[in-house]
Amino acid sequence: MITTMTMAKALNEGLRRAMELDPKVLLMGEDIGKLGGVFRITDGLQKDFGQDRVIDTPLAESAIVGTAVGLAIRGYRAVCEMQFDGFVFPAFDQIVSQVAKLHKRSDGVYTMGLVIRLPFQGGIGAIEHHSESPEAYFAHTPGLRVVSCSTPNDAYWMIQQAIRSDDPIIFCEPKSRYWEKGEVDLDNPPRGLYDAVVRREGTDVTVVGYGSSVKTMLRAAETAAAEGTSLEVIDLRGVAPIDFATLTASLNKTGRLIAVQEAPRTASIGSEIVAELTERCFYSMRAPGVRVAGYHVPYPPARIEEEYRPSVERILDAVDRVMDFEG
Amino acid sequence: MIDEELVQLLTPEGERVTHPEYASTLNGEQILSMYRDMVIVRRLCNESTSLQRQGQLALWAPMQGQEGAQIGAGRALQPMDFTFPTYREHGIAWCRGVPPENVLRLFRAVSTGGWDPQKYRHHVPTIVLGNQVLNAVGYAMGVQRDGANEAVLTFFGDGASSQGDVLEAFVWASSFNTPVVFFCQNNQFGISTPSSTQSKVPLFRRARGFGFPGVRVDGNDLLACYEVTKAALENARAGGGPTMIEAYTYRMGAHTTSDDPTRYRVDAEVEVWKHRDPIERIKALLVREYQTRPAAFEAIAQEAEAFALKLRDDVLAMGRPDPLSMFENAYSETHPLIEEGRREMTELMAAGGAH
Repeated sequence: MITTMTMAKALNEGLRRAMELDPKVLLMGEDIGKLGGVFRITDGLQKDFGQDRVIDTPLAESAIVGTAVGLAIRGYRAVCEMQFDGFVFPAFDQIVSQVAKLHKRSDGVYTMGLVIRLPFQGGIGAIEHHSESPEAYFAHTPGLRVVSCSTPNDAYWMIQQAIRSDDPIIFCEPKSRYWEKGEVDLDNPPRGLYDAVVRREGTDVTVVGYGSSVKTMLRAAETAAAEGTSLEVIDLRGVAPIDFATLTASLNKTGRLIAVQEAPRTASIGSEIVAELTERCFYSMRAPGVRVAGYHVPYPPARIEEEYRPSVERILDAVDRVMDFEG
Repeated sequence: MIDEELVQLLTPEGERVTHPEYASTLNGEQILSMYRDMVIVRRLCNESTSLQRQGQLALWAPMQGQEGAQIGAGRALQPMDFTFPTYREHGIAWCRGVPPENVLRLFRAVSTGGWDPQKYRHHVPTIVLGNQVLNAVGYAMGVQRDGANEAVLTFFGDGASSQGDVLEAFVWASSFNTPVVFFCQNNQFGISTPSSTQSKVPLFRRARGFGFPGVRVDGNDLLACYEVTKAALENARAGGGPTMIEAYTYRMGAHTTSDDPTRYRVDAEVEVWKHRDPIERIKALLVREYQTRPAAFEAIAQEAEAFALKLRDDVLAMGRPDPLSMFENAYSETHPLIEEGRREMTELMAAGGAH
C-alpha cells in the first residue's frame, strides 16, 4: 500500500512497526512518552506500548545512552532520542568509549544493536544548540555507523532497518523536513540502509549530499537545467559507511563533483567524499571536487542562518566553478 | 577510623564485634575458603607486579589491601547476578570464575577485553571512569523488564564518584527503582588525589540525597563486606531498589605500576593501614575461633605459589596477536572499510612490508 504522510509521521509509523515486530525494542528519551517528543515523533507510542517500552527518562543524555548499552548487553534494542543535535554531547563519552567499542572489547560476545536518533541540521529558526550537524564526529569513530534520511519513505524504512541492525547507528533526521509530505510504500523496502540513491539523473556534475541538503540540491538542479547544465543529484543516505560505488559510477560519468552539507567544511563528510573520490576517480575528473558547506563559525543566530546553510545559489555558484574550470 | 556509622563485624585484631543490623552468617569452612581467595588474589597482584617490572606486562593495577572488600562482595553474589567492574576488580573476577590469565590479557596488551562477559556474568573491564555504572543500571532495567530474580553489582572508586555518569546512574536507579547495588571502594586515592577532594561529606551519605540507602562498611573486614553486600543484593532482587555501599579501605600499593605513591602520601599512613590488613585479621579469627592449624595456612600459601607459577607460565605463553585480528569484531555486520583495511594489510604482509 502506498500512502502519503509527513516524515515525522513516517518515523512514528516506522518505530511502531519495529516495536510490533520485536518485543525487545524499547524507546528512551526526554519527553517522548506523554508528550510524544518535542517533535511528536513518538506521539501515541507510550499509550499503545506502555511505560516500560516507551520510557520518559530523567534529563541526562549520558545516562540515556549509557543505560541503552546495559540494555543491549541484556538483549534489548533501545532507540534513544536525543532531543536536539546540540544535546548529544553529554552522551559523547558513552557513544565513543562504550557503544562503539564494546563489540570489539567483548570479542564479539556483545552486540550493540542500539539506535541514537538525532534531529539534526538547521533551518527551523531555532535558538542556539538546536541546529547543529555533528555527524562527522560519529562518522570518524570506528564501531559506529551513521545514516540520514531525506524522504518520508526512507524515514519509514531506514529507521526499521537501523533498529534491526546489530551495529550501533547514529540516525540523523533532518528536522527542517519533518513536516514535509511524501509517498510511503508500506510494503516494499526501497534498498539497503547504506545505499546511496540517484535522486535525479544528470550528465555534467555529480552533486552529493544528505538530509536537508537533498531538497536544496534538487532545486538547484532544476535551475541549472534551465540554464543548460545537467546535475546528477545523489542522496547519500549512508553517511558512514559511504556507498562509494554509486558515487564513483556517477563521477566517472560526469567528471565533476560537488559535496553539499550543512556541517562546517573542515574535516567533514564532504571532505571525506572529495578525498576518497579524488583517489578513485582522478583520471575521470575534469575539475577539483568542491565542497558547499557551513562556514567555520559557530552556528549563527537563526535570523542569518540561511546565509550559513548551503543554498541553491551557493550550489549554483559551485556548479559554475567546476564547469568553468580549465586545468 | 571506627565510628558509629561504619559497619564492622571484625576488628583489625580479628575480634568479633556486634552490629545492630548485620550479623555474620559464615561458618569456619566458608571463612577459610574466603581466606584462601584473598591469599590467591594477593599473590596474583604480587606476581603481576613482578611480571610488569620484568617487561612482561604493559601495566598492572594492583589491589593489595582491598582483598576483603572484593572477596567479601564477590562471594556474596548469586551465580545469575551480573557484575560491572573497573580495571581493578581482580578479586571479583576471581569470584566470578574468570580464568586468572584472562584477567592479565588486557595488561599484557594482547586484548582490549579479556574474557567472555556473558559466560562469567562479569562485564569486561571499563577504564573510562564511571561509564560502567550507567551500563550496569541499564542492565538492571533489563533484569526488571524480564522479571528475573537477579541483581546487578557495579564497582567504582572514590575518584570516579565525582564523575557525572556515576551521579546520573544514582538518579536513574532511584527513579526506576532498579535492582542494582553500587559498590564504591573508597581506597582513599584517585591516583594522587585524596578522597577529601572528591567529597566533603562521607561518600555513602550521598545515597540518601538520591533517595536510596547508603552504607559505609569497613572495607578491610571481609565478614562485614560479605554481609552488607549480601543484604543489599537480596533487597535488590526482592524489588527493594538500589543501595550504595562505601567500602572504606586503602590502596596499599600504587595506582598502577606507572605510579609512585611516595610522592603524595607518607609512610606513617601506610603503616597504620598495614595493621588493618584484611587477610591478617581473618587469619587471627581463624586461629582464635576455629583453631585453624598452621599446616592449613601453609597449604594455602603453597597453593598460591603454585598458582603464581602457573599464572606466569600462562602469561609468558601469550604471544603477539595476529595483526589481522584487529579487523575482527570491530562491527557485527560487514563493513567496507574493514574489508579494505584487512585487504591492504594482508597484501602488505604478503609483500613483507608489515611485521
